[in-house]
Amino acid sequence: MTVLAPVRPATGADCAPVLRERGQREVFCGLTGIIWLHRKVQDAFFLVVGSRTCAHLLQSAAGVMVFAEPRFGTAIIEERDLAGMVDCNEELDRVVDRLLARRPDIKLLFLVGSCPSEVIKLDLSRAGQRLSLKHAGRTKILNYSGSGIETTFTEGEDACLAALVPDLAASAQGAAPELMIVGALPDVVEDQFLRIFAQLGITTVRSLPARRAGEMPPVGPNTRFLLAQPFLGETARALEDRGAVRLDAMFPFGAEGTTNWLHAAATAFGVDEMHFRSVIAPGRERAKRAIEHCRAKLDGKSIFFMPDSQLEVPLARFLAQELGMVPLEVGTPYLHRRHLAQDLALLPNTTVISEGQDVDKQLDRVRAAKPDLTVCGLGLANPLESEGLTTKWAIELVFSPIHGFDQAGDLAELFARPLRRRDVLKV
Amino acid sequence: MQLTVWTYEGPPHVGAMRIATAMEGVHYVLHAPQGDTYADLLFTMIERRGKRPPVTYTTFQARDLGKDTAELFQSAARDAFARYKPQAMLVGASCTAELIQDDPSGLAEAMRLPIPVVALELPSYQRKENWGAAETFYQLVRALADKTVSAAPREGRRPSVNLLGPTALGFRHRDDVVEITRLLGALGIDINVTAPLGASPVDLARLGAADFNICLYPEIADTACRWLDKTFGQKTVRTIPIGHGATRDFIAEMAALAGVDPAAALDDSRLPWWSRSVDSTYLTAKRVFIFGDATHAVAAARVARDELGFEVVGLGCYNREFAREIRDAAKLYGLDPLITDDYLEVEDAIAKLQPELVLGTQMERHIAKRLRIPCAVISAPVHVQDFPARYSPQMGFEGANVLFDTWVHPLVMGLEEHLLTMFRDDFEFSDSAGASHLGHESTAPLPLAGAAGGGSVATLALEETSPPLTPPASGRGTWSPEAERELLKIPFFVRGKARRNTERYAAEQGIAAITLDTLYDAKAHYAR
Repeated sequence: MTVLAPVRPATGADCAPVLRERGQREVFCGLTGIIWLHRKVQDAFFLVVGSRTCAHLLQSAAGVMVFAEPRFGTAIIEERDLAGMVDCNEELDRVVDRLLARRPDIKLLFLVGSCPSEVIKLDLSRAGQRLSLKHAGRTKILNYSGSGIETTFTEGEDACLAALVPDLAASAQGAAPELMIVGALPDVVEDQFLRIFAQLGITTVRSLPARRAGEMPPVGPNTRFLLAQPFLGETARALEDRGAVRLDAMFPFGAEGTTNWLHAAATAFGVDEMHFRSVIAPGRERAKRAIEHCRAKLDGKSIFFMPDSQLEVPLARFLAQELGMVPLEVGTPYLHRRHLAQDLALLPNTTVISEGQDVDKQLDRVRAAKPDLTVCGLGLANPLESEGLTTKWAIELVFSPIHGFDQAGDLAELFARPLRRRDVLKV
Repeated sequence: MQLTVWTYEGPPHVGAMRIATAMEGVHYVLHAPQGDTYADLLFTMIERRGKRPPVTYTTFQARDLGKDTAELFQSAARDAFARYKPQAMLVGASCTAELIQDDPSGLAEAMRLPIPVVALELPSYQRKENWGAAETFYQLVRALADKTVSAAPREGRRPSVNLLGPTALGFRHRDDVVEITRLLGALGIDINVTAPLGASPVDLARLGAADFNICLYPEIADTACRWLDKTFGQKTVRTIPIGHGATRDFIAEMAALAGVDPAAALDDSRLPWWSRSVDSTYLTAKRVFIFGDATHAVAAARVARDELGFEVVGLGCYNREFAREIRDAAKLYGLDPLITDDYLEVEDAIAKLQPELVLGTQMERHIAKRLRIPCAVISAPVHVQDFPARYSPQMGFEGANVLFDTWVHPLVMGLEEHLLTMFRDDFEFSDSAGASHLGHESTAPLPLAGAAGGGSVATLALEETSPPLTPPASGRGTWSPEAERELLKIPFFVRGKARRNTERYAAEQGIAAITLDTLYDAKAHYAR
């Protein structure tokens, strides 16, 4: 069973031509990723080097979380920092020293670049090396950019995990194959997956990111990795650079997506097909039963995705394949075709895939199509509701546990609830 | 660099957005990177607006930086003009665009749009949201007010005023405008223009036709009011009508300027009687800490001391532009003003003073929750619950009613909570006791029966199950376990004060170890 099955190359399945647009993009920047990443890695701190706008964005997006001693903050660049770069570096050192003195429990510090720090070309990677030396043995200091000019929303997590990869230990030469789950998942979901892999007989399964800085997984040619999230292009590339092999699969949403995702690992690790089916059968059945509750509400309903998180394609696949919804347009901020090949192949060929955004033109299309449900950001949801269009705000799909068999019903419910509410209200 | 987790104010371009969103027929083209559109959701979610803010962002990305971001700006402005057909346009840069040094002003001018285009210079690395709003409003007024318009002769017509300052995302601005409009109606004064909230560029052109201006929110309208005074000779009413007394003063000031009889609008509030009624006696000399924007903080201090009988023990604001107003007010109460935008300093001040009530912003609400002190919100920044569906002004006589209820409510709740805690361990009130009036035998044993009457078991239970209810006030003096236990019997909302007084007494008397006797000696010492 330790014999590695040959890894299937990506099918490269193509689909309808993609509509590419340039114009105003109504999206979050990558800094927003900090809000869930800091919950996941329990001894990491995320220090944004940016402006008051960055700090204001984080507090607007984090809501009440900012009142709970969060492990993130912003070093706000001020007028005098802009006067000279040397001063800026000294200031950063001072802020980091003070921060680490106050929070000695921090083992991993991310210096997170922003638009202002990128534009003034403040070299955070050099600052990271300098500070790592200074705080050696206690705190590791890495950097990545979550700036809006380079990253869109969930790409912030991609940039963060990609920054971790060069720092991962190398696995021993000729080590036994290991499975790595890549992408921050809620702990409860991660535990569910770990239990299933254990039942399948895949013994060593590690997660990137791990829950603690000291427990990050090793990587090497023996590493087979499954992407748990569709927005991890850079991270996948960095892992492949270190010899790891990506297992091509659908993303684990709904009964079918989760089955396919688990199956990719089972195949790669030579798990017996009958054994695989018997292990996943209970979960798969539960998922199908749970999804069934929402089918009457969603079957045949049209849905329009505005771009937000890159989760749009696999979610549209789930809603189309497993709940009978009709995706009219699936917008994504960035389309990673290779990773999404299997999900894309299952979308109806009438679906328009759009990459990038010109928000005004896209809203014109929404109004013309009058979809039953529009998935969009919070800046657009209420305005569309007041025009009589039912919406599902997209950010919840990033913050809620939605992966795997046991969340399939919840995931379907997230889309059914706005429609149900529309029907019950008599005002 | 300043390390921060929470800020009282956003960047200045958010202030500009508040003006644009408040108005009709104005569109703001903002040179800003992808991601800055987050600010839209402040308006659509916190204020629950059913329309997108009238803001077009260029949302440039890294790949655009090598190319022509200036061209990107012009095409965004051109598209916005064609699509939204505004009467006037604002153009400006956010913090990042400020660094790349495209010139929105020059770029917009070169486009020769057939409408007024107001260019905004908002220094993001020096200034903040309120300043941005004030500057934007001032620039709009300066550019759009028609200087040939002036007030008609007074004979044979009602006086007329401009109501200036209310914006989008303003704390209770919506209802304050309604309340003040009603009040002006009662006095027989007409409103020429209310701005920026609900005003269009055409309205701003008519500003000169008013006899005088009312500066409702100095943080937003002060600069514009000064300019209007200079340009049109319009006087400004500067009393902020928050609280019963201030509303009366406001009416008097306005009636004098307008030459009308103030009597028609006076006395329409329940606050004076509510406050004099015996139920309010226990409010006397409650120690209150006040923090917010300067305008609301200063107004709240007056209401707190003069109309509710509280003792103001701390007063501060986060907007330095109005530090002088806070300093002047603090003198009235014999206090050192706290002027800071660092919430940790505010938290330290509250922890040190151990007030019995905190009046502040959303942040103070959370600080007070952590310190277990009752709290009410009096100023922005606020969360969605402080943009209520119901009518709830802060200004005018109805505003005074709202203030009374809002501030007293957490204190009454505090008393209730204390009573519930006090009786929590009585056997009759325990969960397992069953409902005696139904005549059923209780099936559960009564494990706490022996502790009835508040004996040592109950006290121990409290110690074991509760987190420390008050942090040490100063660290001076060591408390004996006995004295510590006795302290826990004191209602939690006066416990902080008792601890503080005892420690101060101990320090004054040179007592190192605080015993039961010290506690009661201190109580006698401070008895009133």
